[in-house]
Amino acid sequence: MVTAKRGRGLLARTAGHCLTVALVAGLLGGGPTAAVAKEPAFTLRVAYLSRDYEEPLPLSLLEPIIEDKGLQGARLAHEENALTGRLLGQGYELVERIVEEDGDLAAAAVELLEAGERFLVADLEAADLLTLADLPEAKEAVILNVRAFDDALRNEDCRGNLYHVAPSFAMRADGLAQYLLWKRWTRWFLVTGRDPEDRLYAAALKRAASRYGSKIVEERDYAFDAGARRVESGHQQMQTQMPSLTQGAPDHDVLVVADAAEKFGEFLPYRTADPRPVVGTHGLVSAAWHRSFEQFGSMSLHSAFEKLAGRHITERDYLAWLGVKVFAEAAIRNNSAELDRIRDYLTSDDFVAPGFKGVGLTFRRWNQQLRQPMLIAWRGALVSVSPQDGFLHERTAVDTLGYDEPESGCDLNRQ
Amino acid sequence: MRAGYLLFALSLLSASTVEAATIFVSNERDNTVTVIDSESLEVIKTIETGERPRGIIVSDDGAEVYVCAGDDDRLDVIDPKTLEIVRSMDSGPDPELLDVDPEGKRIYVANEDDSMVTVMERLSGELIKEIPVGIEPEGMAVSPDSKLVVATSESTSMAHFIDAESLELFANVLVDTRPRHAEFEKDGARVWVTSEIGGTVSVLDAKTQEIVKTLSFAIPGVQPELIQPVGLRFSKEGDRAFVALGPSNHVAVIDTQSHETLDYILVGQRPWHMEIHPDGSKLYVANGMTNDMTVIDIASLKAERSVPVGRLPWGVAIIP
Repeated sequence: MVTAKRGRGLLARTAGHCLTVALVAGLLGGGPTAAVAKEPAFTLRVAYLSRDYEEPLPLSLLEPIIEDKGLQGARLAHEENALTGRLLGQGYELVERIVEEDGDLAAAAVELLEAGERFLVADLEAADLLTLADLPEAKEAVILNVRAFDDALRNEDCRGNLYHVAPSFAMRADGLAQYLLWKRWTRWFLVTGRDPEDRLYAAALKRAASRYGSKIVEERDYAFDAGARRVESGHQQMQTQMPSLTQGAPDHDVLVVADAAEKFGEFLPYRTADPRPVVGTHGLVSAAWHRSFEQFGSMSLHSAFEKLAGRHITERDYLAWLGVKVFAEAAIRNNSAELDRIRDYLTSDDFVAPGFKGVGLTFRRWNQQLRQPMLIAWRGALVSVSPQDGFLHERTAVDTLGYDEPESGCDLNRQ
Repeated sequence: MRAGYLLFALSLLSASTVEAATIFVSNERDNTVTVIDSESLEVIKTIETGERPRGIIVSDDGAEVYVCAGDDDRLDVIDPKTLEIVRSMDSGPDPELLDVDPEGKRIYVANEDDSMVTVMERLSGELIKEIPVGIEPEGMAVSPDSKLVVATSESTSMAHFIDAESLELFANVLVDTRPRHAEFEKDGARVWVTSEIGGTVSVLDAKTQEIVKTLSFAIPGVQPELIQPVGLRFSKEGDRAFVALGPSNHVAVIDTQSHETLDYILVGQRPWHMEIHPDGSKLYVANGMTNDMTVIDIASLKAERSVPVGRLPWGVAIIP
């Protein structure tokens, strides 16, 4: 198992025991001089809650090992909110809490909730997320999921206090499938890893294939054990292992890989038995954010993030950034940080969050999933943005991605 | 294609004559400005500029054309007689939109990537002041009396009011999401701000800085999230406002007195910014996705012609 301990140094240790509160004042140097000095109209406190999970190391040496994904995005959004607050006379606070790898998440969450936190940005895996959402103390809270892609959370495991800023596996898979259909690459050879996340994404890909009339001509599992990312002599084995993994499949247009655990996907391009593009978790991917994306004013997000964090922005940073911004947007438009006002507003027709995607982002009422276009990109460049032209929907084209109302296993906010 | 022929045929029948003027269109992808003769609608010249030209404007005296070259952090200045770039000025990082005060003394630039408004001396290009505003400043407008400056910040969704004498920011007004453009009415009493993602136009009182009206739009058969107000211009008489509605591929026509939307004119894809002919007869629209400029006859509110320009046309300026 190739993993990285997600240590966050001093911060992680401190945060394990007490709350770190970043206050509004003085976070941005050289701000506008005409700041409003009077009592803030409201103060919005957002709590960022995560766990120090073990995460797979990226196989590619081009990818840095990042140990504060998500957190830095939340901090950037907080900085931006603080500036807005100074200009409009509002208060913003960010509470950061990161539970140790084997720590007690429920206890940490109860501590936050009993301290009065009502607005939580949850950078948590699905099981922890449900633990949090099902706490009696969390009944009167709004939890924004910025990490877990599991479709079950949007269907049978949905919760009234749980909102999903992260796209689902189904939205990712549908975004990719639409692009592949546009290319007429409709014969897929699916290779799946053995981790639970791989299985979930593979299931979403199969659903997407059947939804869009593509055909999975062959399915295989990757059964080998993964190795270290750096080895003295490693490429020779991959050069023979990958062709043997992929040989003898029926005719296909693309090789679709589901390897969220980062065990072999990186080794597939240019090594497949047949000369076919690799798509899925490697090669051409479908994601909420990508470092190559510069449209709709997003260069300002990249550069502000890089200034703050000293590295490029990852998808999870973007989602945590977006989560904190969603709360702020609701508070700003209501001129209030009251729980009821914000909760009602999120699923109302008036709510719209900007996310550098060229359209406003809104929540699906039935499962509280944030609608969003998916970026289709390879490591070097953006290739497309889904939904693709021509995929129509009576409500909005973005609802062609993921579980639509009639097929939803979740029925919240019925009107 | 058929629509193109139809428009051309219509133009032969109905094109009214316009006074001679020179139209400048910035092409964001091509790093060029296309120069077009307003009478023949022929391309006279393509001028190479700095990287990523977007905001483009003519000084009120008609002496110079200014182009924001965002990726080169500079303004290119075009002499409208020679159609050459005669000088370039340091604009601060990532200039996107700009305005020249009607007095002709200063240039105000929105630095998108730097949360600043740069104020510079028009002729020397000397920096007068950098004024911090909200995140991702874009829209930039100076009042007709040169005393008031409004900048919009896209990420912070605000209109920032700056006193031109003290160069101090004195009011911040929350508008709808992603404000892109600000424009003063002819008498300076009100300033209009377009909100791209909010899908609205806010009309603000310049004296009280309060929103007096919020305009929204509905085009039959177009999904609401595609209605994204960006560029805005007032007619010469000031009785009409034209709002480019981005990916809805329409320009809205608004009565500035009643604030009623009178019409939606179908143009090319993704109209960004526009300009009015100095004689008030035509509106020129830069269509970002279709690499063309639509000519709209203002009297009839009909799209008359489409003129091919460079790739990703963004802004339009015109000199009599």
